[in-house]
Amino acid sequence: MTMSDIAVRVAGLGKRYRLGSRSVGGTAYEAIAAAVRAPLRCFSRTPPPEYIWALKNVTFELRRGEVLGIIGRNGAGKSTLLKVLSRITEPTEGAVDLYGRVSSLLEVGTGFHPELTGRENIFLNGAILGMRRGEIAKKFDEIVAFSEVERFLDTPVKHYSSGMYLRLAFAVAAHLESEIVIADEVLAVGDAAFQKKCLGKVGEVAKAGRTAVLVSHNMGLMHALAQRCLYLRRGEVAAHGEPREVIEQYLSETINPQDANRPTLEGYRRGPSADLPVAITGVWCGEQSRGVQRVAMGAPIAMGVALRVLKELHGANLTITLKNAQGERVVVLFSWDREFSLFLPPGDHVITVRIENLVLAPGRYFADVGVNRSTRSTAYDVIVDFPVFRVDNEGHVIHWLERPWGAVHCPTVTWKTTP
Amino acid sequence: MTEPVRAVAADAAETGSDPPATPTIRIRPHSGLAPLRLREVWEYRELLYFLAWRTIKVRYKQTLLGAAWAILQPVFAMVVFSLIFGRLVGMASDGIPYPLFVYAGLLPWQLFAQSVAESANSLVNNEHLLTKVYFPRFVIPASTILVSLLDFTVAGAVLAGLMGYYGIAPAGAVWAVPLLVLQAVGTALGVGLWLAALNVRYRDIRHVVPFLIQGWLFLTPIVYPSSLVPRGWHLALALNPMTGVVEGFRWALLGTKPELGGALGISAIITLVVLVSGVLCFRRMERTFADLL
Repeated sequence: MTMSDIAVRVAGLGKRYRLGSRSVGGTAYEAIAAAVRAPLRCFSRTPPPEYIWALKNVTFELRRGEVLGIIGRNGAGKSTLLKVLSRITEPTEGAVDLYGRVSSLLEVGTGFHPELTGRENIFLNGAILGMRRGEIAKKFDEIVAFSEVERFLDTPVKHYSSGMYLRLAFAVAAHLESEIVIADEVLAVGDAAFQKKCLGKVGEVAKAGRTAVLVSHNMGLMHALAQRCLYLRRGEVAAHGEPREVIEQYLSETINPQDANRPTLEGYRRGPSADLPVAITGVWCGEQSRGVQRVAMGAPIAMGVALRVLKELHGANLTITLKNAQGERVVVLFSWDREFSLFLPPGDHVITVRIENLVLAPGRYFADVGVNRSTRSTAYDVIVDFPVFRVDNEGHVIHWLERPWGAVHCPTVTWKTTP
Repeated sequence: MTEPVRAVAADAAETGSDPPATPTIRIRPHSGLAPLRLREVWEYRELLYFLAWRTIKVRYKQTLLGAAWAILQPVFAMVVFSLIFGRLVGMASDGIPYPLFVYAGLLPWQLFAQSVAESANSLVNNEHLLTKVYFPRFVIPASTILVSLLDFTVAGAVLAGLMGYYGIAPAGAVWAVPLLVLQAVGTALGVGLWLAALNVRYRDIRHVVPFLIQGWLFLTPIVYPSSLVPRGWHLALALNPMTGVVEGFRWALLGTKPELGGALGISAIITLVVLVSGVLCFRRMERTFADLL
């Protein structure tokens, strides 16, 4: 690798936070602060500060045009790493060198003002993201076309639906020109059709030879886009390399059946957060209390979904998508297809489904669960990539199936040689 | 920082050449004094305009009187002061009609006070920007001053009207007005940067600012002429940079004789000290903003 191939170099990066006051300490300035606080000392005895390393000894290099996916559980330091890379916060130790213009998208619509019109917000948001006025003007039509809000350009965005708002915000961000893109879970916004468009745009970025650092909980996306993955565990690099291997390791660690810390639903929720008429409060296989279950190969699979209904549901649709560890869809169940719709009064309800004749290859399986308005694709609440069960091979000699060779279905077969 | 990078990017696209061998952005932990990077602030000047533009656009949305508020605030203060100090107290005003006398002082004062108050809260108010996007943080307090300057210009029209009404022609030293505005802005920026940076860590500042401004108003010869202050106190009066600005305004526009004379040089020096220390303090504390907000 020659020098000029490198786009991002991160060496020994560490970021320390002080617990409690969330400050970073140990400077002359800190001393002044202590002096200011001194008069209060006699009243409150402050315990010695506790520190936590949000990032520790993170080292990696990215070549030009490479897409790096960062994965890890919530609180593993992914966002902190992005914040350091995008210069929002300073590292406590280590060094970062970036070769080229950087655009960072830690959120879509940063700086959008509800009182300003769509047109005005495009210019404002563009300027905040580092675009020049001329640059924005040049791309204006493109941005508007992408966002699909032409008709409402001169309406204050406070009157926009949340979907329109997000589309406009993403459209501005998608038209940034830079050699290095840093993005945090902002890729999937809006309805299904727009999400597809967003992902297409992200794919374009990757193909156009731009270097990217992406954070996502969507493992399928990581598989598709990233050339390399970095798995962060409690601020440290747990694995780094081939996406397939790194994702496999991450998933196996996070859904270990022996793990007492059963994954909670919250980290997997992707629904619109405000004013849900219904929320998914539990997803499980077998018995609700037991966490990730082991399922014998070929045995019927029973799944349960707990719903908390706040506003009466008049015919909602429940969808369950089972995916394997590679993020491939194995089974898609629409309750609608079986003429099963949800007519539920407010309160807690449990929906169960029994799946038969499903002979899955051994391995870990994940569920996307969504409650949708039946007539439209609008989702009330969505849970994505939630680990639900593990299929055991029950003594069959098929270790090879655990390797990602694409096997999904494991039918009963009989081999025979005829003389 | 952005400009040279962009040039390189354009080259790379056209000729397919490699990006620079030296990093365009180096991120290192810092200690001690941070470099000023004024050039970077210059690169982000458009953002500065846009933020000011946003404030102005949004401020008068859904208001009945709109931009008239920029005039009403100083005019209202002038009326109140004229009634209380001009009529009731019968305050001396260096031979100038009291309303005009007090308004000529209030005009630069409003510029200063508004700049300080707005910039002191600017970082906390823009928390969502500071924790999500990178840009030189200096742009945020600086943009509030740009807004105050606009209000100042609008309110200045009233002064011209008052001078016409009282039949007072501008004195010969009108040329000095831009310099005095510069001093007011410099002082406000210095104080504002100090307060804005401290406000991130100690939210007490938010509550201190109104008192600070009110006290400062009466320590500055706005409602009273400095000739009313005993000679022995003149040096103390001149330590306040706003004394120089207010006295200077009346001298430049209304032709009053500046009572303090040479002592005003001191106030210019103080302005410089406040500004430089404010910028240094701000740069020093800037790196922890995102962690503290």
